[in-house]
Amino acid sequence: MCLAVPARIVEMTGDQAVADAMGNRWAIRTTLTPEVKLGDIVLVHAGYAIAKIDEEEAKKTWELFEQIAEMEAERGKAQGGDHAT
Amino acid sequence: MTEENERILLAHGGGGRLMAELIAKTIAPTIYGDKPQNLTDAASVDIDGKEILFTTDSFVVQPLFFPAGDIGKLAVCGTVNDLAVCGAKPQTLSLALIIEEGFAVAALEKILHSIGTTARQAGVAIVTGDTKVVEKGAADGIFINTTGIGPRRRNTRLGFDCIEPGDVILINGTLGDHGMTIMSKRQELAIQSPLQSDCACLHEIIGLLLDALGPKVKFMRDPTRGGLAATLNEITQSCGCGIEIEEKKIPVDPAVKAAADILGFDILNIANEGKFVAVVAADAEKQALDVLRSHPLGRKAARIGVVGPKQPHSLVELITRIGGRRIIGMPYGRELPRIC
Amino acid sequence: MRLNKIQQAREQIEKSCAKIGRLVQVMEVCGTHTVALFRHGIRSLLPKNLKLLSGPGCPVCVTDQGYIDTVIDLAGRPDCIIATYGDMIRVPGKNTSLERLSLPNVRIVLSSDDAVTLAKNHPDKTVVFVAVGFETTTPATAVAIEQADKFGLNNFTVLCGHKLVLPAMRALLSGRNDKIDAFLCPGHVSIILGSRAYEPIVKEFKRPCVVGGFEAEQILSGLAKICEQIEQNKPAVDSVYGLAVRPEGNKTSQQWMEKYFEPCDGPWRGLGCIPQGSLRIKDTYAKFDAQKRFSIAQMPAEEPCGCLCGQVLCGLIEPSQCGLFGKKCTPDHPVGPCMVSTEGACAAWYKYGK
Repeated sequence: MCLAVPARIVEMTGDQAVADAMGNRWAIRTTLTPEVKLGDIVLVHAGYAIAKIDEEEAKKTWELFEQIAEMEAERGKAQGGDHAT
Repeated sequence: MTEENERILLAHGGGGRLMAELIAKTIAPTIYGDKPQNLTDAASVDIDGKEILFTTDSFVVQPLFFPAGDIGKLAVCGTVNDLAVCGAKPQTLSLALIIEEGFAVAALEKILHSIGTTARQAGVAIVTGDTKVVEKGAADGIFINTTGIGPRRRNTRLGFDCIEPGDVILINGTLGDHGMTIMSKRQELAIQSPLQSDCACLHEIIGLLLDALGPKVKFMRDPTRGGLAATLNEITQSCGCGIEIEEKKIPVDPAVKAAADILGFDILNIANEGKFVAVVAADAEKQALDVLRSHPLGRKAARIGVVGPKQPHSLVELITRIGGRRIIGMPYGRELPRIC
Repeated sequence: MRLNKIQQAREQIEKSCAKIGRLVQVMEVCGTHTVALFRHGIRSLLPKNLKLLSGPGCPVCVTDQGYIDTVIDLAGRPDCIIATYGDMIRVPGKNTSLERLSLPNVRIVLSSDDAVTLAKNHPDKTVVFVAVGFETTTPATAVAIEQADKFGLNNFTVLCGHKLVLPAMRALLSGRNDKIDAFLCPGHVSIILGSRAYEPIVKEFKRPCVVGGFEAEQILSGLAKICEQIEQNKPAVDSVYGLAVRPEGNKTSQQWMEKYFEPCDGPWRGLGCIPQGSLRIKDTYAKFDAQKRFSIAQMPAEEPCGCLCGQVLCGLIEPSQCGLFGKKCTPDHPVGPCMVSTEGACAAWYKYGK
């Protein structure tokens, strides 16, 4: 119904902010979540933060990213091993 | 048959279902009549008893310059790759430029420089060309066409008809990098991202693979427009076998995945410019992966799936992270950013 | 660890459904759930007597034909710029769609803010912001109106197609489909509304309402809770979406909505008129209301012949039971809106298969 992605607030002036998801940065507004501060993780829908979430929540999505990163790392290791043998 | 108000849509050029339909319903029957044609990325032509592979490609990317590439590099790599995946040794290219009135000469020089460098590095010669200028507004900066030829490599036999149940499906690295880089650089989307295009010439790594495995490589294709989803669907439709791929085996860069999530895109539908899918005999899997990983463009090579049995309605199926199954359809041809 | 939780949830679902014995029909109200269910292949992991119905939770799908035709008409005016989320581009109107028109004055925006910027940058044109969406999206439209007001932008207008989820759930249970045993409630709408908002529905209709997230684990644990509640006959409001969903919701967003919009009776595609199910711009802000600005008398347009989107949206039939599905109506040539939106039930069925 409504796509929303977790992102960290990395810049903030009033209700104008820059959000960061895995290094991708874009302008959002925090008008609807006046309680958020720099460094907080928010859910962003259609350019607006709609909720502050904690690291645990964000991890549920980011875990997927981490799994990917882990997989990459494992693959890297396996490769190193191959070369050694 | 054609409705009077029917118009060409952007999606008709997206490498998905709409393009397939346009070729099947409009282009092929008009050109060939009702004689069925086997339309592939590169055609095999016989010139005085010598088999030559022949391909052409046009490049209309926006923005013209993007991280780790530009339209010039793309124009060389794209045609080199189309030849390479069909088993050719890319040899000679033609270069045609369609330039919009008012285009900066400095930008043109930058593009030409990039064309020259890429061609030199790839060992292909640009031997003929054409330059046209159109009125302001009639083109978007610059359009490029390259046509390429090359002889077929020895000891290779590639084609849909070589694919057998049990063959494995390999990819030489992460998916979606080029498409998401381009999207993130579009002005209207205004995302600042660390992404880089994967644009690269693949003939060298493909050469290594073919030299090592010979006819055990059954089929190759570069998943450009329409992404992996389009390529795998073409394979199932043409060989009549189902395909099963595993979500957790598909290499994706986390930043690319996040960018796709922000815009609501599916990575499997996103274009790549330095990737190729190889269908390989199962007993050659390990050797193939070793060869691929030994090359800088194949460090993250992975086996992503397997060819299933012949079926009357063959499908591409994805085994999800949690073990569920879903069908991967042919993409439509144009990804739109969405909020829901 | 996640796989363990998934396993636990699946076992709970199996156990409860076996005890319940009869067919259990759970409606996922949210289109993102519909897509997530397919993406994760969740249907293939459920017991046979647990059926998931795709509900009216896709804003594109429930937008009535009259609204879409109005947008298409306005797109034909050279003095207008249509600012729309990408979702609406391919929705077919009576004769054409925004995509097929391919006009330069139709702009895709990622946020309502971008629409205000368009108005600022094009003072000679009137921007019509195609405002669709539920409670999650509406507050952003409210902020855009405030911005336009603040900057004195007289060329910014909103064609309000915003809708409210709760009245639709109520309408479904009060006659359109009373076979629904429970709701898997939309995660992001619930962030705005708060989980407490579902309490009246649980009280009145005795149906479990569980707010679910979009990860496989959250969806499965949501379904596990629903099955457990049905098994024990203890319908309640619950949430597995974690801390983002508070009982009272996002108060700031609610206030923004209340300041600029008021509920009204309005047409939903396939569901007909839902009492107090739509939003309109309050009279105080009438100058931003595209419907008033362009004197549009919204005509309730007829829906395409043979299209069963309405029954799909009520969970009465599965998309494949519609005679047009996969034949006359495909994602390339959609007849009804459920085939257009990526989260539309028909498009999801077509794309991801059963």
